[in-house]
Amino acid sequence: MRETRFTTRFAATVAAGVIALTGVMMATSSVTAAQQAPPPQAAQPPAGGRGQAAPPPPVPALPATMPAPVTPVISATAPTPDARVGLRAGYWDAAQAAWNMRLVSNTPPPEVYRGITSSDLAFTGKYVVQGNYHGILFWDVSNPAKPVLVKDYVCPASQNDVSVFKHLLFVSSEGTGARLDCGTQGVPEPVSKERIRGIRIFDISNIASPKYVGNVQTCRGSHTHTVAEDPNDKEAVYVYISGSAGVRSAEELPGCADGNMADNSDTSRFRVEVIRVPLADPSKAAVVNYARIFNDLAPPPRRVEPGRAGGAGRGGAAAAGAAAGAAGAATPPPAGATPPPAGAAGAAAPPAGATPPAPGRGGRGGGTPTGPNQCHDITTYPEAGLAGGACGGYGLLLDIREVAHPVRMDFAGDENMSFWHSATFNNDGTKVLFSDEWGGGRAPRCRAEDRQEWGANALFTVERGKLVFHSYYKMPAAQTEWENCVAHNGSLIPIPGRDVMVQGFYQGGITVFDWTDIKKPVEIAYFDRGPLEDGRLTSAGSWSVYWHNGYIYSSEIARGLDVYELVVTPHISQNEIDAAKTVVFAEANAQEQKRITWPPSFAKARAFLDQLERSNGMTAQNLSAARESLTAAEKATGAARRTALQQLSNRVNGQVAGSSDQAKMKMLVDALNELAR
Amino acid sequence: MTRHVFQTMFAGAAIAASLIVVAPIAAAAQQLPGDPRPRPELVRQPYSKADVEFMQGMIPHHAQALVMCSMAKPNGASAQLQLLCERMSISQKDEIAMMRTWLRDRGQTVPAPDATHMTMDHGGMKHDMLMPGMLTDEELATLRKARGKDWDRLFLIGMIKHHQGAIDMVDVLFKSHGAAQDDDVYLFASDVFADQTAEIERMEQMLAALGGGQSQ
Repeated sequence: MRETRFTTRFAATVAAGVIALTGVMMATSSVTAAQQAPPPQAAQPPAGGRGQAAPPPPVPALPATMPAPVTPVISATAPTPDARVGLRAGYWDAAQAAWNMRLVSNTPPPEVYRGITSSDLAFTGKYVVQGNYHGILFWDVSNPAKPVLVKDYVCPASQNDVSVFKHLLFVSSEGTGARLDCGTQGVPEPVSKERIRGIRIFDISNIASPKYVGNVQTCRGSHTHTVAEDPNDKEAVYVYISGSAGVRSAEELPGCADGNMADNSDTSRFRVEVIRVPLADPSKAAVVNYARIFNDLAPPPRRVEPGRAGGAGRGGAAAAGAAAGAAGAATPPPAGATPPPAGAAGAAAPPAGATPPAPGRGGRGGGTPTGPNQCHDITTYPEAGLAGGACGGYGLLLDIREVAHPVRMDFAGDENMSFWHSATFNNDGTKVLFSDEWGGGRAPRCRAEDRQEWGANALFTVERGKLVFHSYYKMPAAQTEWENCVAHNGSLIPIPGRDVMVQGFYQGGITVFDWTDIKKPVEIAYFDRGPLEDGRLTSAGSWSVYWHNGYIYSSEIARGLDVYELVVTPHISQNEIDAAKTVVFAEANAQEQKRITWPPSFAKARAFLDQLERSNGMTAQNLSAARESLTAAEKATGAARRTALQQLSNRVNGQVAGSSDQAKMKMLVDALNELAR
Repeated sequence: MTRHVFQTMFAGAAIAASLIVVAPIAAAAQQLPGDPRPRPELVRQPYSKADVEFMQGMIPHHAQALVMCSMAKPNGASAQLQLLCERMSISQKDEIAMMRTWLRDRGQTVPAPDATHMTMDHGGMKHDMLMPGMLTDEELATLRKARGKDWDRLFLIGMIKHHQGAIDMVDVLFKSHGAAQDDDVYLFASDVFADQTAEIERMEQMLAALGGGQSQ
């Protein structure tokens, strides 16, 4: 299909009397054929290949005692020079740097999983489910200082990304060696009925004994996936499939077809598979829609100025944000300047995208460039009716009010974004952060020479259904060439009144940042280790790091499961931590964002007071009076407490007009009123 | 853009044989100063001849992209293309290092990081060849002579073809017996597929903004 595309393209150019490139294409095609020539002889597995007896130990043995977590530095401004630079390498005993957060525990994976990539996390009850390319690990984290492995399930696949829904566990399979039967021997045949590329479904009613109850095969497999609940269909749960691979043959999975929309409107590309999983019988899960959310994508707007080609400094998070903000201001990004008509992109819509617009604009047979054909990851935010699609060269904003029929609302492109990887909304659904996994996560993209706006996050506001760019944020410390490092998975930390996020940058460590001011995201805590190995780049570091019910859990690719906690710092008060800990979810998947609601608490009201102190939104006198009143109210009970709270609320309400931080004052009033009820 | 440049550039290409055979080059470099030492004990998964050839072939493929990108600044490329090339060079340099480490760990022949031809052994005879999508020496020479917008356009046409060649190599790999059972190979090959697909789209847009592959 690509052949056709190129031949067409160059034929047209040749017809214009310009190029005779087709000859080259033919020539290179022949080379390809020559390359194909080697006989399909069996692999030449090295001694100790997977599935063979007694492999040599791939990773160093565990030390008798694991190194103790380093004591964090606590300060308003990060130590200089940056404590993350120049850390000693080590597999289990690498030097650590911690600022404003604390490592609680590190638990290595069981031996058979060591040296194999650990991937994403999901949370259910007191358990953390951790994917690993060799299987799935189930941790009991009742005691975060000592996670206990309750079950491991050998079932190799790349990437084994996991999500939970009630009693079900979904696991992504994309790699060509994954077997339907979870065997470890791989699938050497190019076409095989033994292979699974898609979603596996497990029943984890009894977590110590997961049952493999079904799977759904898809044409491009599932690199990642997203659970989506439909309030109008309680009998089922939906799963969006995302990926980064090509289309497999129809011989292996009937119906699969490669090609562009213009050539084949039934192509397996340019779509998102929507799977419906009946809860009563998950084995009947099936694709119910191929959402054509990529139809009619125009080229994205550009944002690059000649002046920026000269190099960008590594000025830390705030400086990077400021510089990027300035860039945005210099050339306001006309994101969605030519928005596609909403609905036209919907799955139900006729394949309008199959008709190439305005011939002659591009090279490809007279059509315009076709844009991305799949999402790497989709983050849903059902309460906001939104989803963020991180789709290779573009970021998409989707309307998912009809869960089975996602519709594109807007899209963005960005010169500095290499590969749109994942999305995170703020809790209000008014902002969205897209990460750029430049280099696929196995490359060292945080060296001093790697630009701060590359392999970073791009921060947008969502304004009347449109994406508006504001700034970039990237973990600011220069890392070595032996550390794979780029923006990866993270989640919100539920501090009321602020947009705070924790995010993994692989071996660049973990960064906690505040993006409440979207033009100036600022780092407020970090943790990092030295390289896994000195003098060799071996994949390791935080694949994903998520706040869940009071702690921060990180899937360390090589070193297992890390648990962290926030400590009191000039940036985060005890009240803010306490308020964050009032938020409890029975289950959680980072790709399925749920609206955070804070139950009424004194901690929440005090958190707002702490924030007003930081922002100078309240006079010192009013602040201390309010704190005293709160203390008194907390000591009181029943009607007396309610009265005291109501009086305080009224008093603060009277101070709103004179405050420079009226929004926060109103949040405080609401928090007091909730408590007074 | 004049017709002349394009015609010159691709006149050579049209007569290029399917296998571009030139004199054997020196044996491939194995260990260079600064290269990580081989760690065969890290190899846990089976790999195939197709995997090895994919890695050995992709190194010269990437190396040519570096050559093409190295012209951006001296040849007066637009700021946009200089930026694209800066990022592409970083990406491909890193990937060359990764591929060389992968081959070295497995005791396979490791091409030099700047080798732009693949050395194939046919019955004891060593031949040099270009991998799919690579520019011929004549095409490279034409690109080297171009300046400014002409260079931009030629570069984009060439690099789109070059990237497509890499994607074709991934397709060939995935159709081969025993291929990509190794996680490193699978991840790298699928990253090449995903990244270069996105980059092709980006370059197509840039090319369209320059008036496409058409003469002006």
